[in-house]
Amino acid sequence: MNRNIVISTDKLTKRFGDFVATNEITFDVYEGEIFGFLGANGAGKTTAMRMLCGLSTPSSGKATIAGFDVYKETEKIKANIGYMSQKFSLYEDLTVQENIRFFGGIYGKKKKKIKSKSDELIQQLGLEKERGKLVGSLPLGWKQKLAFSVAIFHEPKIVFLDEPTGGVDPVTRRQFWDLIYDASDRGITIFVTTHYMDEAEYCNRVSMMVDGYIKALDTPTKLKQQFSAETMDAVFFELARGAKRKAD
Amino acid sequence: MADVVLNHISKTYNKGEVKAVTDVSFEVEKGELFGLIGPDGAGKTSIFRVLTTLLLPDAGSASVNGLDVVKDWKAIRKRVGYMPGKFSLYQDLTVEENLNFFATVFNTSVAENYDLIKDIYVQIEPFKDRRAGKLSGGMKQKLALCCALIHRPKVLFLDEPTTGVDTVSRKEFWEMLKRLKEQGITILVSTPYMDEATLCERIALIQDGKILSIDTPAQVVKQFPKNLYAIKSERMSQLLRDIRHLDYIDSCNSFGEYHHITFRDEDDYEIQKKLIADLNSKNHEYIEFKATPATIEDCFIKLLDQHE
Amino acid sequence: MRQFFAFVIKEFYHVFRDPKSMLMLFGMPIMLILLFGFALSNEIKNSKIVICDFAQDPASQRIIDKIEASKNFEIKKFLYDPRQIEQAFKEGNVKLVVVIPNHFNDDLLHLHKAQIQVIADASDPNTANTLTNYVTNIVMDYQQEITPFNDLPQKITTEIRMIYNPELKGTTNFVPGVMALVLLLVCVLMTSVSIVKEKEKGTMEVLLVSPMHPLMVVISKAVPYLFLSIVNLSVILLLSVFLLKMPINGSVGLLFFESSLLILTALSLGLLISNGAQSQQQAMLISLMGMLIPVLLFTGFMFPLENMPLPLQIIANVVPSKWYYIIVKSIMIKGLGLTAIWKETLILLGMTVFLLSVSINKFKIRLG
Repeated sequence: MNRNIVISTDKLTKRFGDFVATNEITFDVYEGEIFGFLGANGAGKTTAMRMLCGLSTPSSGKATIAGFDVYKETEKIKANIGYMSQKFSLYEDLTVQENIRFFGGIYGKKKKKIKSKSDELIQQLGLEKERGKLVGSLPLGWKQKLAFSVAIFHEPKIVFLDEPTGGVDPVTRRQFWDLIYDASDRGITIFVTTHYMDEAEYCNRVSMMVDGYIKALDTPTKLKQQFSAETMDAVFFELARGAKRKAD
Repeated sequence: MADVVLNHISKTYNKGEVKAVTDVSFEVEKGELFGLIGPDGAGKTSIFRVLTTLLLPDAGSASVNGLDVVKDWKAIRKRVGYMPGKFSLYQDLTVEENLNFFATVFNTSVAENYDLIKDIYVQIEPFKDRRAGKLSGGMKQKLALCCALIHRPKVLFLDEPTTGVDTVSRKEFWEMLKRLKEQGITILVSTPYMDEATLCERIALIQDGKILSIDTPAQVVKQFPKNLYAIKSERMSQLLRDIRHLDYIDSCNSFGEYHHITFRDEDDYEIQKKLIADLNSKNHEYIEFKATPATIEDCFIKLLDQHE
Repeated sequence: MRQFFAFVIKEFYHVFRDPKSMLMLFGMPIMLILLFGFALSNEIKNSKIVICDFAQDPASQRIIDKIEASKNFEIKKFLYDPRQIEQAFKEGNVKLVVVIPNHFNDDLLHLHKAQIQVIADASDPNTANTLTNYVTNIVMDYQQEITPFNDLPQKITTEIRMIYNPELKGTTNFVPGVMALVLLLVCVLMTSVSIVKEKEKGTMEVLLVSPMHPLMVVISKAVPYLFLSIVNLSVILLLSVFLLKMPINGSVGLLFFESSLLILTALSLGLLISNGAQSQQQAMLISLMGMLIPVLLFTGFMFPLENMPLPLQIIANVVPSKWYYIIVKSIMIKGLGLTAIWKETLILLGMTVFLLSVSINKFKIRLG
């Protein structure tokens, strides 16, 4: 596997007043890797993810994303990443085609390029019949698949996925992961959070956040060995059970 | 006696354009913990809203605690507890204020039914002066459950109570439901998480507004039509693609650290040996192959397959 | 009843814990009153005036000197022919004419009383009012100056004549206007938004699936806003009486009764809007578009209704604030009682009953 580092953090910290949301987290993510970013509610995942996307300035520590500094080069970071969350991803009142064109346009792609690529994408997702339909009328699973494709439409180095499969049916959930594997094979790094522990198994490496710290980081196999657990679910339970920061 | 009865219930929106629920019938016994399992948009919420008298069904009839959901809506509203999909709390009121408010709305007081919520409430009591909006997902969920229980309902409707909540809180939540069941409360719970199905006494698998199967989790699993095998190798995504190309394979789906497969026709030692040989020829190493019991999720996928 | 009180208390928590609601409820009326009050009643300097001195005696000269010395006035010219007065106004920028009649000094000395006429251009009513007050003050000042030298008090009366807008529309009119605006806007907006918010957050579902009658939910929601609006009304009245020196000539009790009627109308409207609106923004938009524009246009305090084309005058009849405005003006300014405004009160009452019954009828005991 290629060992180019695309995300590198060193004691990255975010404080809100007295509250330390993320506490000196240090880790590297490699090119083309599927990196699972797990943690209990309120462990600091969202805060960390915002810093990595260049949406929030860290309080201290260092981090580079796709080779760019999170303090000074946030605009360049944004041009080199894709983002998709369960809550917001596409405009429900625009058609499939319009959404693709819009998001392609945001990233400054040429009109002709957008046209040819969106045809390809629509064909790949099997949405030929739905291209003129409003996104709001599509089933959730299709929306999520389309949203992911749009998030990587501009061929970013890294794509951040925030609970992309929440509430999606088991079949579509697997189709979604097929898309993730494809992207990963093309060299796109996947940074993903999820509540489904079986999905943690699909990641190359997994980090577990508890109370603002990264408490464990390794391949699923090694994590299970380390905690002498049968499943990732058990690993997570073992780690998160000790969390103090439950009410936040 | 059945506490909740649905008789050919259908519900559409936008003048019939969107079919949310189609001809759904099932019964829930008194004191039963019944799970409605299906993805978002399957029609779970619509069923809950019909049963809680919030929506009128287009067709069919339903009763809760022996009362008709259309005619006796007032009486039903006095007897049921309902926790909607979003934890419906007042974000700007404190934990204690929320609980007191709902207790009063339900014509009771916290003290009167404290024994019922005590186990749950002690966990959030340290934060009783905190505003609900400042609680974590797990804490909100517990408070919402307390509020839904405060009037000692006969039937409890919990619509996706564990969505967006981490595993630890989810486990704790199901423990609470088991204890509530022991108090004789009939509980209807919906969830998109297939692994939670085994925690229910009986389940209905639902997709696109239609029931795929209703039974005990053990029975649902037993009905899985084929032998299921788990397989893994060094390169999982390549393994998935390679296996799917083999014509004697019926299905291959990723399942955590393994892929689950079924064979198309014959299923014997010969074909298994052939599979390993074929995969070896495609440079897969350290192949692990074993029989595995089907899970609810396997069944759900299989049922979806048959449906399409 | 316990349910009801718990609900009302909860509603107050919502309002008091939300800075935006507080600002809306109390900031807006105060701001409007101050804005209207001070924008319209600043000190006026160097207004161009004309003096018509028919007396030309020592007393008239003394008063003219005083006017000339005042920083408020700048004497543009002297006229000696009453027929030229109107001409002077028409030529523009003359705001006021002071007319001192013949034998002014003699009258003052022998009859112990004399008269000065002040004619003001009332097309800008507030300015006209302020300027005539300045003149009256100067004359009073002079009167006090001369009194100690004589045994008998000498009295100068200032006769004020407003031309172009004799009723002085504007000055005293904005307070009733602002009252109508604030009560309608705040009530409609606050009730509709607060009900829709519960729909949005899903708490409405829980409330519906409770033994509380759905109508109770709505009534409990309306009561706090009724109460807050009355507090609001009191604040506006106190501000206008003590800060803007605007009198309440009629019965305060009647004023509050009529205002409650308008508040009820507003609450029913808010309820109606909340029935259809799906999001807080939508409710806010409908309330603002549906209320602000008609109230500003058709109440009569911004634009005189009698100058409007007939179709618009007819439309104005269905705007509750038009009737309320007439009622409040009659009570506050003219000091009239119920006998004078029973017709308008009846119309407002009819509107309230109609809207209330429609909104209660339309209220859904279920979702969607």
